[in-house]
This record gives sequence, C-alpha cells and structure tokens, in this order.
Amino acid sequence: MIKAILIFNNHGKPRLSKFYEHYNEDTEQQIIRETFHLVSKRDENVCNFLEGGMLIGGSDYKLIYRHYATLYFVFCVDSSESELGILDLIQVFVETLDKCFENVCELDLIFHVDKVHNILAEMVMGGMVLETNMNEIITQVDAQNKMEKSEVTSVLA
Amino acid sequence: MQHYGCRQPLNSKEEENPPTCMERSPTQLCCRLARDVTGISKMPAVSKGDGMRGLAVFISDIRNCKSKEAEVKRINKELANIRSKFKGDKALDGYSKKKYVCKLLFIFLLGHDIDFGHMEAVNLLSSNKYTEKQIGYLFISVLVNSNSDLISLINNGIKNDLASRNPTFMNLALHCIANVGSREMAEAFASQIPSILVAGDTMDSVKQSAALCLLRLNRTSPDLVPMGEWTARVVHLLNDQHLGVVTAAASLITTLAQKSPEDFKTSISLAVARLSRIVTSASIDLQDYTYYFVAAPWLSVKLLRLLQCYPPPEDAALRSRLTECLETILNKAQEPPKSKKVQHSNAKNAVLFEAIALIIHHDSEPTLLVRACNQLGQFLQHRETNLRYLALESMCTLASSEFSHEAVKTHIDTVINALKTERDVSVRQRAVDLLYAMCDRSNAKQIVAEMLSYLENADYSIREEMVLKVAILAEKYAVDYTWYVDTILNLIRIAGDYVSEEVWYRVIQIVINQDDVQGYAAKTVFEALQAPACHENLVKVGGYILGEFGNLIAGDSRSSPLVQFNLLHSKFHLCSVPTRALLLSAYIKFINLFPEVKATIQDVLRSDSQLRNADVELQQRAIEYLRLSCIASTDILATVLEEMPPFPERESSILAKLKKKKGPGNLPDIDDTRWNVNGSAEHSEDTESTNKVTPHHPFTDLLNLNSTPSAGASLLVDVLSDISTPAPITVSEDNFSRFVCKNNGVIYEDQLLQIGLKAEYRQNLGRIYVFYGNKTSTQFLSFSSSVTSSDTLKTHILSTAVDPTVDGGAQLQQVVNIECLSDFTDAPVLDIQFRYGGTLQKIAVKLPVMLNKFFQPTEMTSQDFFQRWKQLGVPQQEVQTIFKAQHPMDTDVTNAKILGFGVALLIGVDPNPANFVGAGVIHTKNTQVGCLLRLEPNTQAQMYRLTLRTSRESVSQRLCDLLSDQF
Repeated sequence: MIKAILIFNNHGKPRLSKFYEHYNEDTEQQIIRETFHLVSKRDENVCNFLEGGMLIGGSDYKLIYRHYATLYFVFCVDSSESELGILDLIQVFVETLDKCFENVCELDLIFHVDKVHNILAEMVMGGMVLETNMNEIITQVDAQNKMEKSEVTSVLA
Repeated sequence: MQHYGCRQPLNSKEEENPPTCMERSPTQLCCRLARDVTGISKMPAVSKGDGMRGLAVFISDIRNCKSKEAEVKRINKELANIRSKFKGDKALDGYSKKKYVCKLLFIFLLGHDIDFGHMEAVNLLSSNKYTEKQIGYLFISVLVNSNSDLISLINNGIKNDLASRNPTFMNLALHCIANVGSREMAEAFASQIPSILVAGDTMDSVKQSAALCLLRLNRTSPDLVPMGEWTARVVHLLNDQHLGVVTAAASLITTLAQKSPEDFKTSISLAVARLSRIVTSASIDLQDYTYYFVAAPWLSVKLLRLLQCYPPPEDAALRSRLTECLETILNKAQEPPKSKKVQHSNAKNAVLFEAIALIIHHDSEPTLLVRACNQLGQFLQHRETNLRYLALESMCTLASSEFSHEAVKTHIDTVINALKTERDVSVRQRAVDLLYAMCDRSNAKQIVAEMLSYLENADYSIREEMVLKVAILAEKYAVDYTWYVDTILNLIRIAGDYVSEEVWYRVIQIVINQDDVQGYAAKTVFEALQAPACHENLVKVGGYILGEFGNLIAGDSRSSPLVQFNLLHSKFHLCSVPTRALLLSAYIKFINLFPEVKATIQDVLRSDSQLRNADVELQQRAIEYLRLSCIASTDILATVLEEMPPFPERESSILAKLKKKKGPGNLPDIDDTRWNVNGSAEHSEDTESTNKVTPHHPFTDLLNLNSTPSAGASLLVDVLSDISTPAPITVSEDNFSRFVCKNNGVIYEDQLLQIGLKAEYRQNLGRIYVFYGNKTSTQFLSFSSSVTSSDTLKTHILSTAVDPTVDGGAQLQQVVNIECLSDFTDAPVLDIQFRYGGTLQKIAVKLPVMLNKFFQPTEMTSQDFFQRWKQLGVPQQEVQTIFKAQHPMDTDVTNAKILGFGVALLIGVDPNPANFVGAGVIHTKNTQVGCLLRLEPNTQAQMYRLTLRTSRESVSQRLCDLLSDQF
C-alpha cells in the first residue's frame, strides 16, 4: 500500500502532498520536512530506495523517489509494493503530467494543484494503484477537461 | 530567498543540471521541467481557459513575497477575505466557491492550518456541475479527516452520487470513500460496493474504483465487509477483458486471500492462467498495457504477489504451467534488452524480482531456487544501484531456504565488499542484513569480524541495529565463549553508545551460566578497564563480572583485590547513578570475596559522598551495605553475597529487541510475516518489560523477571530482619569432581574455614587425612565433626578426640578410615559444627570417596585386552558416552588423568595411537570387578567417546559418570 505521495522542490517547498493515512496537519508538514531531509542529502546515482523516516513508520516503510530537475517525487510504500513497479509508476505519473500540461514544469504544479490531484486520482486511489496505462489515464483526464470546459463556457455565456 | 527556487535564472540551472538529468531520466521531461520552471513566462498558463485569475494572482503574490512574514501577512489577508466571502450575505456562485477552495488548498499545502471552508466544500458535493463537485471532493479528501463531524453530510453527497448512474460522479464518490476510509463511511457503504463491483452493467472504470474502494474498507473496517456470494464473482474478475479491472481485482483478492485463503483458493488457477497468457504469449490481448516493451508488468507483479498467498499449486498441470511461467521470466532476464531505456529494464526486473520472491516463497523447486540465486548473484555486481539493492534484499529471504542457503553463502565476499565500498547507506544496510541472514557456524567469525570493523565507520542511523546483530551472531555461533566475550567487549569499545541494556545483560547472563569462561571474562574486563577512557557500559560489565568472579584473577599480584577495587572505583565518579548503584553492589561483593579489602571498602561506603548522597538509591545502598558488612558474620555475608545462580534459559532479550526494532517483515527467520503487513504490533509486546531498569535490583533485572524477587534480595531482607537465623545447610560438593583423578587438595573453603584432604587407598581400604584450617584470627569453639555414609561403605573417624577448640590461624588434623564393602554411588558426608563469634556454624562437605579409588591397575597385552574386551560384550556390561571437551585436548594431561583414575594405561594396545585404553580391578570386600576402558578423542570436533566395560552394569555406569566429567 502507498502511504503517502509527496512532491517537493529542491528546496523542500511542497508542491503536492497526498496522504492515504490520516495524520494531523502538523505531522503531515513534519513528515514532508523529514522526507525532504532524508531524500535531498542523497547523492545522485545512489539507489532510489531508502527506509522511511521515523514519523512515517520507520523501516517497515520504504521511500521510493525520483528526482526530476527541480522536483522530487517521493512515494512512501509498505512491503507489499514492488519497488521497481513504483519507480515505473512515478515515471508514468510524470509522463502523464507532461502530456496533460504540454511540457510540464514546476509552475504547472503550483498553479494547477487541483488538476495534478485529479491526474493522481486516476492512478492511485486509497493508497492502491488504480491504473497504470497512460492512454487510459489521459482519456479520463481529457473527458474531465471537456466537461469542465463546457461548464465554464456555459457560465460565461 | 531559499524557497523561491523555481525562479533561478535559466542558464545557471541548465549548466548545472543536464548531465545528471539525462542519467536519471532518459526522457526529455526533466529538461523541460528544468527549463520551464524558471520561466515566469509560463504564467499565462493561467489564462489557458479555466479563468481563475484571482487564484493565479494570489499565488503570484505569495511567490513574490520577499520574506516569510510578508507571506504570512498575505495569507492572513486572503484567509480573512475568503472567510468574509463565505460568511457574507451574498450567495456565492459555484465558480467563486471553487476559486476560494483552490486558494485554501494552496494555503494548506504551504503548511497553514485551515479551520473553515469545510461546510462550503460539502455544499459543493451537491452541485450538478462536475467542476464544482470535483473540487468539493478534492477539498474533502485532502482536508477532512476520518473523525470529522461532517461525515454524515458528506455521506449524503456520496450516496446521491453513487446512485446517480453517472460513472464520473460514481468514481468521484468511490474515490472519496477510499481516500477518507472512515468507519462511518464503511458502515454506510460497505454493503453497497460489492454489488457495484460485480454488477454486469458497471463501467470498467467504476469497477476498478469499486474494487480498490472495497479493499480500503476491508483494511480499515474488515468486520463491516462481510464475505458473501460476491466473493466468487470477484475472483472471476481475474478473467476480465479490461486489464485495469484485472489489476485492481488482483490487489483486492490478494488482500482478501491473506485473511481468508480458503475462500479465494479458486483464484490460483485463474491467476496462473492469466500470468501464463501474459508471460508466454505474444502481446495480443494486452491493449495498451505494454510498457516499454514489457507486457503488462504491473499486472504480472500483482498476480505473482497474489500467488504468494498460497503454497505451490497441488494440481500437477497447474504447477507445471506456473513453473513454465517462472522459467520463462528467468530466461527473459538473460535475453538482450529490447530497449536501452531504464524504464524497460525496470519493468522487466520488477517482474523478475517478484517471480524470484514467489520461488523463494514456494521454497520447493531446488532448480528454480538455484537459478534465482544465480540471477541475484549477477545483480549483486550490476552497475545499477537499484538492482544491487534489491538483489541484496531478496537474497536475505533466500538465505533462509535450506535449498539455497549454501548457494547464498558463496557470495559472501561480494557482500562484504558491498559493505565496504557501496556509496549508498541504503545498500550498505541491505548488505548488513544479508550478512546476518547468511551467517552460520562456518562463517560466523569472518562475518562478525567484518561487521565489527565496519561498525567503526558505520552510519549513525544503523549502528544500534548492527550492534544487536553482532551481539546475536556472536552468541548464537560462539564455539568458545572466550571469543564471545572478546567480541562483546570489542562491541562496547567500538560502539559503546549504541550498546543497549539488553546487550550487556546478555553477556552477563552467559558468563554466569558458563563457568569455563568466568576466569577469562574477569581477566579480559580487568584489562579492558585499564583504558583511561572506557565506556560506561564497560564499567557496568566490569563491575558486575569482577564482583562475581574477581577472585578468579586475584592470585595475580597485578590484579590483586585492592588493584581491582581501585580500578573500579577510579571510574565511579564519572558514571551515572544506575552504574554507581551497580558498582556499590560490586563493592559489597568484594567484601565477601576479599576480606582483606573490607576496611578500604568500608571507608569508601562510609564517606559523606556516599552516605549523604543526594540520590536516595545510592544513599540507601551505601548505608545498607556498610551496615551489612559490619554486623553480619562472614558466613552470613557469604550466603547473602553468594555467586549468582545460573539464569534460566530463555529467548535472548537481544533478539526480542531486534525483532521489535526491525518489525516483523525484515527478519529473515520470520518468513511468513512478509504478507502480514498490518500485523506489525504483534511482535513487539514482549520486550517492554526488559526496557525498564529498576535501579534497586540491578542483579535481578538480568533475569527479566520483574515479578519474581531475586534470591539475593530476599536473603538480604532476611538477614537484616533476623540476624540469628542460620542459613539452611547444603552439602558442599563444589570441588568434589576435582578429586576423581587425584587424592590431595582443598575440598572446601569459605571465609572462615579451609578443609584440605590427603588420601591413600590400598585394595578395598582407604585412609583420608583431613586438615581443618581456621582462616580467621578468632578461636573456633565447640568444634566437632562426624561422617555419615551408606551401608556399602564403612567409615570410621579415628581421631575423634579432636580438640573442641581451634585457634585463630591454626590447623587441626583428623584421620578417617574407610572400608569398601561393595560397589557404591553415594559418597560419605563430613559434617562440621563450631561456634564462631557467638554464632553456630554448620558445614557439610561431601568427601571425595568414589568407586574408582579402589582400583588396582592391571597391565596386560594387546591380545589379552581384546580377548577380555570381547568377553565383556553383553550390552548391559558396556556403557558408552559421547561428550564435548571442556578442557583443551592435551595428550599428556589425559594420560595423567587416566592414571589418576586408578587404572593402568595400556600403551600400544589400541590400533589408533590417539586413543587411550586402560584396565584395572575394583576391590571391594565382597567382590572384585574387572574393568576395561577406552577413550577416543576427536580433536576436530572437540569431542570424546568414552566406553567402559565391566562385569557389573552398575559399576560400568558409575565409572563412566565419574570419568566423563574429567575431560
């Protein structure tokens, strides 16, 4: 099970946080900081897995992350998930974001946090992987965009 | 300016980043991320059409803030604005609500509390517009926790959407249930979701959501998700056309099957069939689920996981189909890659690792296990760090399989090398885990040595765990305990701060229980304590061991009692209160062991820093111990402060601690918990008690039995309450067995009295000279002695008229005559009584009169020996035992012992010169018993086999018992 999905930039500024287990707001912020601290001090070229920090549950959980330019994508998972599978899932997530935003960048994540959440929701639900096929995900997202557009147009009309 | 990272100038960013980007991600993505991120020009993205200009402006404002204070100010202004809008009289339209909720989400992400807006979000759920509904759900799943009092309102919205038959709305509702997962939601919807899941007309995307929603509810409230007729139909979703549905269903079934495997047994054949179609056939039915040339990797992984809930299929056809799949997956690993992209190898290896996990789980096909092990061996040297990491991790579980343990061990050098050279602490930690898992008696010394040397530079984060592992391995595979003691003391020296209480408790338990290591332990801690700066844990171990066994090294003037005491006391003032308390207990033990330092120690106890110590525990100990040493007679002291009895055997508290620390999934010996993801609590209960250190009884704590008062503590109470009650007498037989092969020596010694013996035997008669030495300076009064023995032994004290007084420092001699009537087992007991300092002393000592004392050696030729050996061939006449050597296997010593036993040592009789044979006749008044013995040493195994043949069964047995104790 995926316990949390965090995206933050090279300076630890959170860009997305999604917890599939409930923590209070302070703890969530602490977990983000702790995770950033753990992940950011690692060299490039080391492996993409490490044991979770104490706040997230210690060594029973793993942090699986990828670092893209200015952003870290971190998934915190338990032992029932395949490490390489999650790594690929992160890739699918980023590729999907890239398609939906036409050249995704950090700013897209900042200004369209709701859309990022929606895309993520098509992939992960309640901590379980829902869909891994990018075309399927994009079809769903496009359908939503269409609905949104038609509604916006009707408002403006 | 730290957090405005994304506004760094374009150029510097690109110069820094591209090479690493390219390595980490073969797609162009990250470069775009790098480029775009810098461009404020991307700002117009807002005007793409969704029109929430207010949101964009607000975010830009925040991002332009020059300081944290400015940011907080801007946020508070916005919060006030939104609050007034929400509370205002004017009804907000959906668009505005959406805008404000987005702002709140953004503020929340920045780490600010949001304490309003929930109601507005709930209201959005009932909107007919998708955008509004969706933002409402988003707010709820991010900001509403499962205990919120709004849940019933939210449930209402969900209920409507589930009933809407609009798949988009249904998905939103199912997502919300899955993400919040509260009990109230489970109560409301758990019964409804299975029917959505298995209904024929449900859209695929809704089925996927329903499966995962049900899975989530099953996790959070399993009691509310009853099995029913839907379970059989869920299993058939594994046959579904849509691979997304199959993937979601596989996740659900895996979780359900872990809880009730019987109900989902039919999933095995479906999963194998599906897996086989994916793995072995060309990708026909895979729709778009081929990922970088790998067919449906996620589904393959899920199916392999599902199969790990079960043992290997019983059906032969099914089993061979599965084996074929696994072989194909292993074969594919050897094929050249279809793409150079890392995604391709990732996906391929994800499946491969899962297949290996299944092979290890089944643990039944030796060929597959060895292939798996070889594959992992290749990965151990792979240039991808991720693969090295995963290979080390998988090998850990492989090491616990009997089929592959040896194969894993062949990689020891690679793993040790990984420990030394890997740059990544995650990988090094896995290497430590694997070394621990592959350790056995054959490589324990090497592995422990490597771990100790790594520990000197190990990352702080893993030191404590490593210390526990080293301690466990050292104990588990200790061939000789001197190595164990050395290892633990090294451990304390290298990583003293990480040595938990359990570790030093355990070394003490073992030293107490293994009497052959006590002298060595005393010597070693004494030497270790010489270091000018030694760790407090070493002081604890040192204090305890010297307090118990300091006498074993007191003979050497360099470690005389006073030297030992001064050494310990030199550390006293640098130690914490619990350690000082322990040292005080060691001191009182010293008073018992070494009367000559009594005065020195009493002076220390009497000093103001002890008697008036601010710490009540230390003060109380000092007072009680001082008083005890003044008023208790020496033999009461000796009883109270007796050596600790052996500890009962139990699971090592260290192991319990490691289990607790690692959680269930990570110890290789517990392989069935891998799937029990939610059960992490069940292994951790038993160790709580060991962590509590009750300072009053440091010695009792070692027992881990907080409920049982220690013998020492209760005796102490007794002595202080009623000083005149004599301790019950037990017959001393401590030195008895030392006299089996010799006749002279000290049989008994305490603070007051020493008893020496000198004996001579001829045929069935013996004479023992007993010497009583008064070790004190005070006269013993009313001294008397008597000997009691069984009927088969006649004993008679000749010089009964001993003087009833023994002067201080004087010696008294007595002669005991013995006649052996027939063979016997029980030795006579010498009872002594005298008064010392007003109290009556009673001592009982077992006299070392054994059957073998009545041996007459018999020389004979090889031929005679084997002839008689054959004559005594009746099974009852022979007694044989195999035992471990307790002393170094030295031929001369063994010769001397066999001669001392009383038989003739026959040289050149046994064809194997390493063996010892002897012959003799036991003389009793009634009969004579001929006796042959043979002792075969095995130096490699450090074992002996002893065979005795006599004409009488009881004699064979008794002689065997006596002699087998001696080597």
